[in-house]
Amino acid sequence: MNDSLLYVENLSARYGESKVVHDASFHVNQGEVVTLLGRNGAGKTTTLRAIMGVLQTREGSIRFNGKEIISLSSDQIARCGIGYVPEERGIFSSLTVKENLMLPPVISDNPMTLDEIYSLFPNIRERLDSRGTHLSGGEQQMLAMARILRTGANFLLLDEPTEGLAPIIIDAIANVIKMLKARGTTILLVEQNSRFASQVADRHYVFQEGAIVNEFTNQEVLDNPAQVERYLSIEVIQEEEGSHV
Amino acid sequence: MFDIFGMPIQVIMGQVAIGLINGSFYAMLSLGLAIIFGLLNIINFSHGALYMLGAFVGWMLLNYLGINYWFALILVPIIVGIFGVIMERFLIRKLYHVDHIYGLLLTFGIALMIQALFLNLFGVSGQLYEVPELLKGTLNLTFMYLPIYRGWVLVASVIVCGSTWYLIERTKLGSYLRAATENPQLVQAFGIRVPTLITLTYGAGVALAALAGVMAAPVYQVSPLMGVDLVIIVFAVVVIGGMGSIGGAIIAGFGLGIVEGLTRVVYPEASSVVIFVVMVIVLLVKPSGLFGKAV
Repeated sequence: MNDSLLYVENLSARYGESKVVHDASFHVNQGEVVTLLGRNGAGKTTTLRAIMGVLQTREGSIRFNGKEIISLSSDQIARCGIGYVPEERGIFSSLTVKENLMLPPVISDNPMTLDEIYSLFPNIRERLDSRGTHLSGGEQQMLAMARILRTGANFLLLDEPTEGLAPIIIDAIANVIKMLKARGTTILLVEQNSRFASQVADRHYVFQEGAIVNEFTNQEVLDNPAQVERYLSIEVIQEEEGSHV
Repeated sequence: MFDIFGMPIQVIMGQVAIGLINGSFYAMLSLGLAIIFGLLNIINFSHGALYMLGAFVGWMLLNYLGINYWFALILVPIIVGIFGVIMERFLIRKLYHVDHIYGLLLTFGIALMIQALFLNLFGVSGQLYEVPELLKGTLNLTFMYLPIYRGWVLVASVIVCGSTWYLIERTKLGSYLRAATENPQLVQAFGIRVPTLITLTYGAGVALAALAGVMAAPVYQVSPLMGVDLVIIVFAVVVIGGMGSIGGAIIAGFGLGIVEGLTRVVYPEASSVVIFVVMVIVLLVKPSGLFGKAV
């Protein structure tokens, strides 16, 4: 799998003394949408932060486009062509919508134009002069994605883009991801919502307690959703806790 | 002419004008402090000493190298700004991972060292810096005679503060600065070199203090202790305006200059303490300051 766009090998990441991700190995091929599935606290977000260099206390190997990036700072990693949409969306309250949109520097030769972005996210055009945080949750998520698309990043790290959003907005985000995939954009998506994940992704890795415990193709998930659900549902936690008693 | 509270209007307007001129220095210094606090989260206690350094570098350029006031206005902020960049790069940066109180202690120590150096070289007595030829004389404002130089200080300060506000609030570079103030990690993950932004911001805040120092040189005597009292007042101004609020620092700077001036008319004994009284009231009523975000 050395021709993968992203190739992660034995990645460990820690906050201070506590190790949150243990020896995770996975890859994302060019043009694929891959999800990291798992419950809260399973280490998915930490994995994205480690790839992006936002979390510097990490070990192992992260190769992007064949280049080792684990020793780089996050600004250098971004300039390799990786766009990051964090879990909390990261919309700046002291910036207008337009300033938020224009903030990240363009990092490739073929960024999405503003017209393309406005046609994809029409709400943003109407709210350009508002404060970024005056947008609704769904609009903020759209802005966070639009902001990264404008940079021309060809590999996106999306951290739970559907969290806390209404079903109609989740459908809109699914459509955007499908459209990006059709354009050839590669995406690594962190999700807890396996129904959403199975709408957009090609493959899935399941995280549990900081380690990858299983891998499914999307067809396997569509054929038998229960085999993924059991890693994500609360009942399983209770069952497992009960079994320890 | 009429009286207000038994005071001739001339006296009141005169004190307002003097207050505005003092406020010019408060505004320029508190602006630099607010910018530095916003991005670095460090209370830069060396700000007063760097203002003094600005005045002395201006004085030395004139007396040792014959470089006049106008060139000093450009050269001094650059020279002292570079000194600030070196301070941030080699000293302050080492303390970002520990509590911010350590940054305050470090900059306090640096301030004492700079002051001690200049006390050793020049003693406590002040050095005179003559008003530049072009700005000598007075202006008749009908209610007072205003020295032209002081009028210039007021105008220049308004221009400097207004330009800095515009740069931060309305330009692309300013949007980097505001965003990095909110979430530096994310801004860096967008490909922006935040450590460089922080260094240059500190340098710019220090350059503002140095510019205020050169402008102060002909008004006050150039003395190693000229920044000691001022830095305390300026801290109070920043707290009143709202820690980290750029507009708040400017408005509070000029506003408190006027408040101080008016107090000198009404009850002169309280004029040196009135800013701290306002600070205590603001802290009790709105701890985040007049223009700060809620804490």
